[in-house]
Amino acid sequence: MRVLAAMSGGVDSAVAAARAVDAGHEVTGVHLALSANPRSHRSGARGCCTLEDARDARRAADVIGIPFYVWDMAQRFEADVVADFVAEYSHGRTPNPCLRCNEKIKFAAVLDRAVALGFDVVCTGHHARVADGVLRRSPDLAKDQSYVLGVLTRRQLERAMFPLGDSTKEQVRAEAAARGLAVAGKPDSHDVCFIPDGDTRAFLAGRLGRAPGDIVDSAGARIGHHDGVHGFTVGQRKGLGLEAPAPDGRPRYVLAIDPVSATVTVGSGAALEVLEITARRPVWSGCEPPDSPRACLVQLRAHGEAHPATVSPDGDGLLLISLDRPVRGVASGQAAVMYEGDAVLGSATITGTAP
Amino acid sequence: MGYTEAAARPGNFRERLVYLDHAATTSLRPEVLAVMTEELGHLGNPSSLHNAGRRARRVVEESREVIAEVYGARPSEVVFTSGGTEADNLAVKGLYWARQAQDPRRRRVLATAVEHHAVLDSVHWLADHEGAEPVWLPVDEQGRLWPDTLRAAIASDPAAVALISVMWANNEVGTIQPIAELAALAREHAIPFHTDAVQAAGQLPVDFAACGADALTVTAHKIGGPVGAGALLLGRGTQPVPVLHGGGQEADIRSGTLDAPAIRAFATAAQLVGKERDDQAARLAALRDELIARVRAAVPDVILNGAPPGPGRLPGNAHFSFPGCEGDALLMLLDAKGIACSTGSACTAGVAQPSHVLIAMGADEGRARGSLRFSFGSTSTLADVEAVGAEIGDVVERARRAGRAMAGGGRGAASRGTPEAGRVRQRARAGSAGHVRQRARSREAGGLDIRRGR
Repeated sequence: MRVLAAMSGGVDSAVAAARAVDAGHEVTGVHLALSANPRSHRSGARGCCTLEDARDARRAADVIGIPFYVWDMAQRFEADVVADFVAEYSHGRTPNPCLRCNEKIKFAAVLDRAVALGFDVVCTGHHARVADGVLRRSPDLAKDQSYVLGVLTRRQLERAMFPLGDSTKEQVRAEAAARGLAVAGKPDSHDVCFIPDGDTRAFLAGRLGRAPGDIVDSAGARIGHHDGVHGFTVGQRKGLGLEAPAPDGRPRYVLAIDPVSATVTVGSGAALEVLEITARRPVWSGCEPPDSPRACLVQLRAHGEAHPATVSPDGDGLLLISLDRPVRGVASGQAAVMYEGDAVLGSATITGTAP
Repeated sequence: MGYTEAAARPGNFRERLVYLDHAATTSLRPEVLAVMTEELGHLGNPSSLHNAGRRARRVVEESREVIAEVYGARPSEVVFTSGGTEADNLAVKGLYWARQAQDPRRRRVLATAVEHHAVLDSVHWLADHEGAEPVWLPVDEQGRLWPDTLRAAIASDPAAVALISVMWANNEVGTIQPIAELAALAREHAIPFHTDAVQAAGQLPVDFAACGADALTVTAHKIGGPVGAGALLLGRGTQPVPVLHGGGQEADIRSGTLDAPAIRAFATAAQLVGKERDDQAARLAALRDELIARVRAAVPDVILNGAPPGPGRLPGNAHFSFPGCEGDALLMLLDAKGIACSTGSACTAGVAQPSHVLIAMGADEGRARGSLRFSFGSTSTLADVEAVGAEIGDVVERARRAGRAMAGGGRGAASRGTPEAGRVRQRARAGSAGHVRQRARSREAGGLDIRRGR
């Protein structure tokens, strides 16, 4: 096959590309330039779109012996991922930009361009497997990335190649070293690639400015103020900026965010517990869209655990998720990814919760 | 897939490299390789006083004389540098500082909007750090600076002009400027005139004395010599402030140990240019014209950027815009077929920026992004032209498909529907109903229309 290997400059995508070559495919490496201003330099282990990453990707392609190019995806990335990220926070929701990037950039814009240029598949270093067209978890559960790929349709998965699917991160690093890839010891990337210093709140404040409002307790009494709802996520405990401790002395969490009145409601951890979740835009890649309630496992955030639940489609394209046991800190904007065992059935975007 | 033709597949390399990027760097002439290899075996710093030093110095001075003769300068007017970028920096910054020192009112730096980045960014740097006032001289749609434009720019405040810099021939589109005429205008006001002749020096009769410029940049690796050697020709009485300080070589204008092997190789390349230039220019022009004819035949709506073939254009340059294509997609597809060319634009982390040259010539961003430069040199043959002619039609068609896929807001054939349905949709877009649908889609995607390809 003619394979377009997306190479971030990290160890995973480098080994993935090398394995695609070993498997006998005709591989071309591409680094996606996602930042409109790529002059920024790495500080620590952050970022996936800096000049240094482009150079690391190029060197890995040299060592593997494949042609290499940089594709400028900055405009698309800004429109489909960054602007969406900012808008979601301004609406009091908590987006997952990696998931959005897979959905809109890697397996949409890049894939479409690749196919038009004559490639058959896009290969990435994601830790996940595709077997018989169905997405499955990596055996390395600590590194499993099936959650951020859960949004892909069956058609997108047909055009995806994940050569690391059966390996642990440790194995990948060892293999990179054995192959002479200089990125073998490169630290993992964390956080959000377009916020190199990791300060999401400051990034959002820069984009959205100040939009002050009140922090209230669950009875509605004003107990503090904030500079914008974009600084908060449901379930958040740190950085609330409240001076007086709770009357019962227990930690307080963000329970709800109302962007219209700019109100952040806080309360006890117990009040975070939800049993019912609504979600929109369901995508079913691992099974036929269910027409009746179906028992499965549901993962509600990256690196979260999977909870037993029953999912029921309603007529309006929404999905109702009833958890078997209460779960804390479920934020709107995150994906609910449905599993059966380690197989992804589908995903949907959380729009609301109820106790 | 639907696209099964083996020849169009990425990664299907040709046996022979079709190298049509001689404006980036051109083949080292075999004679040059021989003298450079020989010279590398000799010990001696040209600044040393002993026999070995004197021997190296003799090599440098003989080379200086050869280069001076080929380019119509006196030997004392040749200042060796590490290449074109350094020579441009020395000319622009050094002359600005010198003129400022004589009269602090001289802040205006006049340069065309299509200069190479070595001049462009030097002027920007002077503006950002030294209080210079850049005056970007506009060019016409062929990339030419009209003498009247320069005359008017000088006339608005002649006493405040520190220097003028106008390239001899453009590195992207190959347009040749009327240097003698422009230099004469500068001379009327005794303003130093610099010209970057890097692209011209291998293909055009560049005569420093006759052209009337005060400073002229040349570099070895664009004329068949090695990378790492160049020169700034400086008229007598033109004294830039040095950029590099140190051992005081090159009459204190450019410190640094002289690279005798590279300089000797530079001179050998210059000598070959002196001998073969006219024949070579005619040969390259014929190849270039054949390429233009074949590309036009394969891609009828192609646009040739720059001046028409003839005295206003470098013989070895052809520069096209392919409507609906991204230059980087074209380059990748041609590269996969073993054909090397260039998008002719500056790179940051390998990302192509839309060419400032084409933008200055009035092209829109789509046309600027969809452009490719083919440039010829001593090793170019008709077989190179034939290879491009045979492939360019398919490559452009495929790049157009990719351009449409990108324009579709990430909802193209592969990710959203069957390939067949995708193609039907793309065709439908050409009609008015398609436009409506696409606008609707753009709104859905957040109101952003990202059809960069057009």
